[in-house]
Amino acid sequence: MNPPSPAPATEVSTPGAPPEKGVRRARRQRQVRELGVLLAVVVLIVTTWMHNPGFLSPQGVRDLFLGATVLSVLAVGQALVLITKNVDLSVGSVMGLSAFGTGVLFVTFPGLPVPVAMAAGVGIGVLCGLANGLLVTTVQVPALVVTLGTLYAYRGLGHWWADGGQINAHDMPDAFLYLGRVSVLGVPLPAAIAALVIVVVGFYLARYRSGRELYAIGSNVEAARLSGIPVGSRVMTAFVVNGALAGLAGVLFAARYGTVDSTVGFGMELQVVAAAVVGGVAIAGGVGTVYGAALGAILLTTITAALPIWQINQFWHQAVVGALILAAISLDRLLSLRTARKLRGGGARGA
Amino acid sequence: MDPEPVLAPLALVDVAKSFGSVRALRGLSLELHAGEIHALVGENGAGKSTLVKMIAGIHRPDEGQLLVDGRPTEFTAPVDAQRAGVAVIHQEPTLFPDLSVAENIFVGRHPRTRMWTIDRARMRQETEEAFARLGVQMDPDRPTRGLSIADQQLVEIAKALTRKARVLVMDEPTAALSGVEADRLFEVARTLRDSGTALLFISHRFDEVFALCDRITVVRDGAFVSCDLTADLDVDTVVHRMVGREVNTLYPKEDAEQGNTLLEVKGLTREGVFADVSFSVRAGEIVALAGLVGAGRSEVVRAVFGVDHYDAGTVHVGGRALPPGRSKAAMAAGIALVPEDRRQQGLIMESSVQRNATSTRRRSLSRFGLLVPRAERAAANDWGERLQLKFGDLADQVSTLSGGNQQKVVLAKWLSTEPQVLFVDEPTRGIDVGTKAEVHRLLSALAGEGLAIVMVSSELPEVLGMADRVLVMHEGRITAELDRDEADEETVMYAATGQRPSEVTR
Repeated sequence: MNPPSPAPATEVSTPGAPPEKGVRRARRQRQVRELGVLLAVVVLIVTTWMHNPGFLSPQGVRDLFLGATVLSVLAVGQALVLITKNVDLSVGSVMGLSAFGTGVLFVTFPGLPVPVAMAAGVGIGVLCGLANGLLVTTVQVPALVVTLGTLYAYRGLGHWWADGGQINAHDMPDAFLYLGRVSVLGVPLPAAIAALVIVVVGFYLARYRSGRELYAIGSNVEAARLSGIPVGSRVMTAFVVNGALAGLAGVLFAARYGTVDSTVGFGMELQVVAAAVVGGVAIAGGVGTVYGAALGAILLTTITAALPIWQINQFWHQAVVGALILAAISLDRLLSLRTARKLRGGGARGA
Repeated sequence: MDPEPVLAPLALVDVAKSFGSVRALRGLSLELHAGEIHALVGENGAGKSTLVKMIAGIHRPDEGQLLVDGRPTEFTAPVDAQRAGVAVIHQEPTLFPDLSVAENIFVGRHPRTRMWTIDRARMRQETEEAFARLGVQMDPDRPTRGLSIADQQLVEIAKALTRKARVLVMDEPTAALSGVEADRLFEVARTLRDSGTALLFISHRFDEVFALCDRITVVRDGAFVSCDLTADLDVDTVVHRMVGREVNTLYPKEDAEQGNTLLEVKGLTREGVFADVSFSVRAGEIVALAGLVGAGRSEVVRAVFGVDHYDAGTVHVGGRALPPGRSKAAMAAGIALVPEDRRQQGLIMESSVQRNATSTRRRSLSRFGLLVPRAERAAANDWGERLQLKFGDLADQVSTLSGGNQQKVVLAKWLSTEPQVLFVDEPTRGIDVGTKAEVHRLLSALAGEGLAIVMVSSELPEVLGMADRVLVMHEGRITAELDRDEADEETVMYAATGQRPSEVTR
């Protein structure tokens, strides 16, 4: 019996081949869910395009990109929070507050540099997220209730601030509005920003300790505490980042549409949660990726854009989204049952 | 070995802890030595769990000191305990079902590359090294969801190994393990001991404590009673010290007169779960269903009671056929089921003692469809006395009772339906010795009154001590039917593992 080896072994003692295969298999299992959504998006786009080639005209593509931008940025943030087994229903209101706040800044300080105004918009989101996070972690009230409260509170704040007013494109500097129109390598800038956000957050969640700890918290809070994970501050971070992303979404919205009032983002929260769930982020925490959430957002916006082309009454839109959510959670359940069966190993209790 | 006296890696000196007015620990001392397995035994509520939580850094002592290598130390959070080289395997699994096995082992302390990202290759490699040392075959990339409890515990032990823990605390690690799994765990524990780890082992099973541990500390009511080498102790002495009063015997089985066959099960089959299960039980008889965890025993019981459906077979109670899949009909026919998991299936933890104890016969305690509180209370009181239930107030939440008394409430709930056939699934799991003996005495008395009792139990001594007849299940089939005098540890274990004696002897 050897005593515990004091130094970490430096040599690779295990044969490389089988573990490699194991890694790939496990990763493939995890990706199958996201690939399904991607496939749905592709099928939907291709069939719609074949039905009416105008769907993929340069303008059509731009609209598709921009439409998905705001929702996927929000979905990425929401995924962070959902993974910790919390939820943030206030994102629509936060986005509205940030969009309007950015506009107000341009009106009050006409010469304000664009980056400063953008930072301010994100800052508003950070403050809102901070308040959400503080309430959830210190008062220990379920996030659903807390953010339901702040949903109304932030919206009310927005209404009070706007006082029925509206900020129009001519109040905003051209440089800012230009952001919503310019393209980088054929991709509209807001969409590029969204893509960057998705990749950065996705990499963080997969490869950084604190990112993985968010999954641990969502999977088993009590165990996370026992493992010495600072649960409070991690959850706090998730809410703050989500707030910041909602703020960013507000700024992007303002740049894209140029016209903002206090109703921006109204009802957005449920679309966001729907996008994340469709993309495979479990509402029960611990499961899912931001890539999936973003794909879910893209799928939802593509459906919205495609329905008129199929000449399906817009009336059906919500029913389609609802059916999609039900299909997604059924699929998740099915997949988890299947993997559970596989993991339990064959024959242990077979008769 | 060393010329200097070796300091204990972990010691507790006169620690005390109170929760409100309850004094969980009062002046308890404990010293864990390197290369030694130390057992901590005591009744439920004696303060063992509080002690474990103190060692784990979850609770802080009100008084007294914690010494690490002889130096006074304070654990303010679980991390502090981990840094000091203390690993605790809690009673409830503390794994993350959605994370991979390797991540579970390294959570919170993933190895990192220079870029501060997680070094997955190293994480896998160290996991595999730990498993190799434990002699375990497990894919580090699979999620822990779906692992058996034994495997979950091995993951926890691997966690302790990779942390290079010097002190390993196991809080009732075998409560949910079968014999074979427990043996494997003990082998690992011995290996760790031989490599210089200090182990603290908490268990209600004396055979394990005596087989595994070098030293036994007995606690009672939060205070230290004794600490001796195992070699100087025997079971009776330990039980006596734990209880502080005489326990006549743990298994007070009296012979009861056996009457007519009350329950007859023929060819019961549920696809993929159990197959061709046939047995009969007579009035006054206690039949034990033995076998490993997962052998399908609870599933059979649930199917007979009508909670689960079955694909083939018949159930007759008192000569009359019972319709499948209808627990109401089973109850009407006089069957009662005391389920395996009293917290989840047996009790409504947030409800009062009286509401729980009477919940099977709300109809008879109601007038015009409304429960009559006075009738409820009287009925509960009656049963509380008969079962020697220890409670503060009948209106208290049932969760305030100790495990043994909770089990008595479940028993009261079902006995009050005046059943003919009583199924009890793991009647004494997680119950302290004193109450255990009371539950056993009660079962024996009930058989004496002419009840037919079917007892599912994973505790071999209980099976052998209580049953008139033992049915052993293995992978969904009954592999042996043994009379009281035929059944001993060997015959039951062979049948439970599906082996013949000759195959096991190596």
